[in-house]
Amino acid sequence: MTILDRRSFVAGATSFAAIGSPAVLRADDAIKIGEVNSYTAQPAFLKPYRQGWELAQEKVNAAGGVKGRKIETVFRDDGGKPEDAVRYAGDLLDAEKVDVLAGGFLSNIGLALADVANQRKRLYLASEPLSDALVWGKGNRYTFRLRPSTYMQAAMLVEEAAKLPAKRWALVAPNYEYGQSANKWFKDLLKKAKPDVEFVAEQYPALGKIDAGATIQALEAGKPDAIFNVTFGGDLTNFVRQGTTRGLFEGRSVVSMLTGEPEYVDPLGAEAPVGWIVTGYPYGDLNTPEHVAFRDAYKSKYNEMPKLGSVVGYETVNSIADALSKAGSTDNEKLMSTLEGLKRMSVFGPIEFRAIDHQSTMGAFVGKIALKNGLGVMSDWSYRDGAKYLPPDSEVKILRPAG
Amino acid sequence: MTALTPDTLLIQALNGLASASSLFLVAAGLSIIFGVTRVVNFAHGSLYMLGAYIGWSLTRHLASFGAFGFWGGVFGAALLVGIIGVLIEMLILRRLRRAPELYPLLATFGVVLIVQDVTLAVWGPEDLLGPRAPGLTGFVTIFASRFPVYELFLIAVGPLLLTALWLLFRRTRFGLLVRAATQDREMVAALGVDERRLFSSVFFLGAALAGLGGALQLPREAVNLNMDVSVVVEAFVVVVVGGLGSLFGAYIAAVLVGIIQAFGILFLPKVTLVLIFLVMGVVLAVRPYGLFGRVAASERQRSPAGDRVLRPLSVTARVLFGFTILVIASMPLFAGDYAIGLIAELLILAVFAASLHFLMGLGGMASFGHAAFFGIGAYGAALALKVLQWPMAACLLAAPFAAALAGLLAGWLCVRLSGVYLAMLSLAVAQIAWAASFQWVEVTGGDNGLLGVWPAASVASRGAFLLLTLVVTVATLAALRVAAFSPFGYAFRAARDAPRRAEASGIDVRATQWAGFVIAAGFAGIAGGLYAFAKGSVFPTYLAIDKSVDGLIMVLLGGIGSLTGPIVGAFAFGGLEAELMASVAFWRAILGFVILALVLVAPSGIMGLFGTWFRKARNPALPA
Repeated sequence: MTILDRRSFVAGATSFAAIGSPAVLRADDAIKIGEVNSYTAQPAFLKPYRQGWELAQEKVNAAGGVKGRKIETVFRDDGGKPEDAVRYAGDLLDAEKVDVLAGGFLSNIGLALADVANQRKRLYLASEPLSDALVWGKGNRYTFRLRPSTYMQAAMLVEEAAKLPAKRWALVAPNYEYGQSANKWFKDLLKKAKPDVEFVAEQYPALGKIDAGATIQALEAGKPDAIFNVTFGGDLTNFVRQGTTRGLFEGRSVVSMLTGEPEYVDPLGAEAPVGWIVTGYPYGDLNTPEHVAFRDAYKSKYNEMPKLGSVVGYETVNSIADALSKAGSTDNEKLMSTLEGLKRMSVFGPIEFRAIDHQSTMGAFVGKIALKNGLGVMSDWSYRDGAKYLPPDSEVKILRPAG
Repeated sequence: MTALTPDTLLIQALNGLASASSLFLVAAGLSIIFGVTRVVNFAHGSLYMLGAYIGWSLTRHLASFGAFGFWGGVFGAALLVGIIGVLIEMLILRRLRRAPELYPLLATFGVVLIVQDVTLAVWGPEDLLGPRAPGLTGFVTIFASRFPVYELFLIAVGPLLLTALWLLFRRTRFGLLVRAATQDREMVAALGVDERRLFSSVFFLGAALAGLGGALQLPREAVNLNMDVSVVVEAFVVVVVGGLGSLFGAYIAAVLVGIIQAFGILFLPKVTLVLIFLVMGVVLAVRPYGLFGRVAASERQRSPAGDRVLRPLSVTARVLFGFTILVIASMPLFAGDYAIGLIAELLILAVFAASLHFLMGLGGMASFGHAAFFGIGAYGAALALKVLQWPMAACLLAAPFAAALAGLLAGWLCVRLSGVYLAMLSLAVAQIAWAASFQWVEVTGGDNGLLGVWPAASVASRGAFLLLTLVVTVATLAALRVAAFSPFGYAFRAARDAPRRAEASGIDVRATQWAGFVIAAGFAGIAGGLYAFAKGSVFPTYLAIDKSVDGLIMVLLGGIGSLTGPIVGAFAFGGLEAELMASVAFWRAILGFVILALVLVAPSGIMGLFGTWFRKARNPALPA
């Protein structure tokens, strides 16, 4: 029996008694996780992430840790620079002697950490970075990823986009790898699903520096029926505000990556773009027992609602803890073979770390933005299991040279 | 294909004008401050950001007063930011009046770091959406397109402000003094004008304009923690393109940049990363002093190196160096892998800083884009390894050649200018190189970088790599030292201190400076090549502005008047940053305070301070 059986976890503290009393906990005996992330550069996502992380760690330890050993985390801030992330990964492995590496928000940092993991032959669980290259083009046997990738989220939205009558599409994405590959997959998959679509305008504003007025006018000039948006954060806010005033969204469908995540929709307040079809996280309305337990625990500890980052941090710790207890060892080779094909229950539902490409099948929610109490929320949403939005195995094998 | 109807073109022009006004507000303040005080105020973007955040808070508190509340909040924010500007001037910059040129820049960089963390602590990490301006929330229909009224209002703000400033400078005594000080501030001081009051009031005006610019963004942009850096660089570009000290020039440049940006988005959406720097590069190549700039009439040439003459190493220093090398070389015997890795990294940074110091300290050419050569060296080495499959030693050799080649080209453009113009042109060149590394995905891997650049098996261990790095570093630093005291080095310094006399004694100043630029680029490339192998990967961040600024800070912090300065600076700044980042959350603020403290205590760098102590110890009669 695993210590961290998800159902007993959710059922509350009482069931933990049944697992058996934990061994005596010695702090110096703790299992160490090394976590590198861009805390000062990306605080909006990573503060909730860190809170979710610490909540999960507390829960695991309160329940006796993993096989009687507590887990503890050594956090490092990379300031948004891959070269610093590499330094701290070395610091964590060499000086802190951590057992497992995790973290990463920006894709290039995720890739840099994955490369260190490959070089040092140590396990790395990438929690957030979305780049497809992380598990495919530049994937390696030491790297696993929790969140649904750019491809998966684009595929979920294409399914909805193909149902729309729109033929002429305009695209807007931040000018870096994530934005470019989101656009590429969206175009490829939509063209496949609906061969008569055409793409009439593409905009690539510099990340964090969108010139919203000019970008909107350039999109407008293409006279599109519908818009696919990949901007997020401050760019999204400016895009929505200017676009609303200028009527860009009137009479047009908008399909948008990540916009339903509270991190990005909350700052818009009552100006949230109602009717946009988005991927995101309906934290207020998701009432599965797993999620309710998580949400209650999070609310009572931090006195605020969880954000998507909170879930990612929480599930990263739980995934590591599950793998540790199932492997019964901190030996990285054993952990890796345990993680390959590991099935577990997340607050979003069952997930599996696929053996074929080390991508977890954690999904995302697709729905429409609506207003509730002056805040943007998701309505008409449904959970899209990530397993259904990945290419067939034969294609994955081509996409992932590492095997 | 995009349909280019006349109304699209018109609306796009209006969009450009609206952005231009916003940019002008910030650039105007920067220009005034620079004109009078000669301070390159890196913190100007922070003042802009504070204006937006303070404006956000004030307008929220005053929301019940409607339009009065909104405009009260906006002007209140400008006023408060003006006061913050005065405080920065009085508490910090005033004490640095006699420091070598560019040291105030170091201090303002400390302020940037502190403001970043203070803002995060006070307002939190989330983007904040400000209120819309009462009465200006709607739109007008121009042909078939809708255009926000607030943007029209902003279009008017630019020329209005320009007129107001023109009146202020032409019709008031304050304006007269500002103009006089812009042309010749020593003369103004000699005529008995209270410099302190003048500088403080100029700082108030400049900071308030930045604050106003920030607060006026509330209705159109989310307030966020990255506003500072993104705006300050653009504002610098506008000031330089317009011509330093020319407000009219700044406005024209802002319009130029705004319009070109808007149409660039329409025609070449992917070029937006770099368009503004291309504009600056072209303008400076054609008009070296910007569109409306003039060579300041009687600017006394002040060498950025201060007036200390370079001396060969003393015996004590030689012994110290030898001892340090021995300690580092024996580290693999006693130190842990992380410490070894960190020291290797700091050695590489020391080479980078020393190469920049060669350019700045010896050549008198401050560069804001030196990281370009560091990065090109790194990419050169990585590509030689990954694409050409060369052995590691050959890759390390390829790095300086790649960088020197780039330096040949960039140097040809840059050495025709001097001072801030040269610095900004080097920044433009570096940004163009950065954009190339970012967007030329097939070769550079784009922002995902090049991975798997690990050292050969023989130096794969941390200890072996440290020894390799140490050997290269010592050889490089020794070579730079030899170069400094070679005939070329003397000619190079002569070209810095007295270009005309150097020319008269038969030195080809331009060619000497060009050669110096290439040498500095090549040495930065050596550092870049080593860095690629130390990190195992290469990213566009290696060429980014941050890296160039890091180099600048190391050189200034260490002390520009000594060849040892950059080495000390690299170890101090690099080591401090690495340790602070690993141990505290608010590391930026602490780093900022440390930089401020160091600048105030040692206004000519750490080595400058040592030098003063040393001379005092030998000759107590000397004044401090």
